[in-house]
Amino acid sequence: MNTIANRKVICDVLMEHARTDKDIVVLCSDSRGSASLAPFFQEFPEQSVEVGIAEQDLVGISAGLAKSGKKPYAASPASFLSTRSYEQIKVDCAYSDQNVKLIGISGGISYGALGMSHHSAQDIAAISAIPNMRVYLPSDRHQTRKLFEALLRDSKPAYIRVGRNPVEDVYDSDDCPFVMDRATVVTEGEDVTIVACGEMVKPAKDAAELLRGEGIRAEVLDMYCVKPLDTETLLRSAQKTRAVVTVEEHAPFGGLGSMVAQTVSAACPKKVLEIALPDAPVITGTSKEVFDYYGMNAEGIAKKVREALG
Amino acid sequence: MAGGGGHIGGDMSVMETLVALYFREMNISPENQNDPDRDYFILSKGHSVEAYYAVLCAKGFLDLGDVKKRFSKFGSPYIGHPNNKLAGMEMNSGSLGHGLPVAVGLALGNRMSGRTNRTYVVMGDGELAEGSVWEGFMSGHMYGLDNLCAVIDRNHLQISGNTEDVMAQEVLKDRVKSFGWHVICPEDGNDVDQMIAAFEEAKQTKGQPTCIIANTVKGKGSPVMENKASWHHHVPTPEEYDEIVKDLDAHLAALG
Repeated sequence: MNTIANRKVICDVLMEHARTDKDIVVLCSDSRGSASLAPFFQEFPEQSVEVGIAEQDLVGISAGLAKSGKKPYAASPASFLSTRSYEQIKVDCAYSDQNVKLIGISGGISYGALGMSHHSAQDIAAISAIPNMRVYLPSDRHQTRKLFEALLRDSKPAYIRVGRNPVEDVYDSDDCPFVMDRATVVTEGEDVTIVACGEMVKPAKDAAELLRGEGIRAEVLDMYCVKPLDTETLLRSAQKTRAVVTVEEHAPFGGLGSMVAQTVSAACPKKVLEIALPDAPVITGTSKEVFDYYGMNAEGIAKKVREALG
Repeated sequence: MAGGGGHIGGDMSVMETLVALYFREMNISPENQNDPDRDYFILSKGHSVEAYYAVLCAKGFLDLGDVKKRFSKFGSPYIGHPNNKLAGMEMNSGSLGHGLPVAVGLALGNRMSGRTNRTYVVMGDGELAEGSVWEGFMSGHMYGLDNLCAVIDRNHLQISGNTEDVMAQEVLKDRVKSFGWHVICPEDGNDVDQMIAAFEEAKQTKGQPTCIIANTVKGKGSPVMENKASWHHHVPTPEEYDEIVKDLDAHLAALG
């Protein structure tokens, strides 16, 4: 079982690049510990900015830094970053077109028992709705590394959400298949398409394994690029399979499921069933307990696939 | 102007501040607008964009005839708030309370890069009710940004009326000072020379950022609109327009 959280990988990649690229600046809002960025602050004090518990300031300052030519990476709990500073994301980053990378840590229901104030189940919908913003949810540590190496090469704003805890590997190594803004086909199949993002990719892959034993062949897409959604890969899979099931750690509106349904219904109408968090405060528990309760695990996904293929 | 919109009251109160900055203080021109060593300006009270257009036209960034013809018209690039797709405008604004944190980031980034240029941001006084402004005051002090100068266009009026009736700012000087900023209060913020003197004092201030609280008159330039809250976004009738132009021409003639 992997013990390295995606946030730790982000710190590693940023540190590797910060040694030679002095324009990389990391910002935190009293969140360097929870973001696993303390080592960065320690090794690169001249490239670190602490703003205190002030997410609006965090994002505004990041935009100003970008305007001055810096490459800011601002990390803060996804719940606060995506909603408290929403307008700064919209106006200062996206509308003003500044190269700010926003890292939403402890995303989704990572802070399980802390309640709805600490959950980010709206971030995909909210940030995807802003023109010129991109939304990425990497599935494991290997893909997180690939994604950040790609992000370091571009100069447009983006929001990246990762969870708090280590997640099981989806891919074997850092050499995993990765093309920027293209979904990764995790398993191929002809019966059903399962589209997942973030921490839901691993259970989707496991569900495909379960279904194979029943003679159902599932094509699993790792749609880490929720926006821009890779509609080409999605439609290619949707066209050849009989139904589509989406899985995401997000509210049932405006997220991956909504975008997939919108795309599939327009181009090749098929049944699209969605697995997501409820439109309500989630039940108290660890991530695993909460996911199990809402059927956001391999068995729950397999069940939804059987329902879709009816 | 063409589009029949605008925020004339605030344009007229902030005009001398912009003139002092663009024609005396700042190292900025169409020739060096992409030079990283230029001075940076953020209009946080973005609704005063008409004054900003006038100054950018006079400075040669934009064409006055084109701005007058197309302002706020269908498909026009000259919208009712600053947009950085236009020459001379650094950042988009319009929603209040954004400019100071952005200016803090600019000043900080320039200092990190070893530059000696300066960053200026102009806010309104009604805008100070936004909490993000005070987050910016805190961080500007925390990082000792003496390359940063904020101006508050203290015209005492906002859309609903007197600022003191809407959200009182009567201890403004003490408030900003208590946040660790050097504060300068020119008696007449519509006097270009007084504003220039304030900007020079700001430049000489080391180890902390400076905030200039410019005591101004909303609608400055004509009794038709001076100190009247309704002129926040009132569009003059043809009669009012003629009278205002007459008053402004008289001011111009008096200046020789």
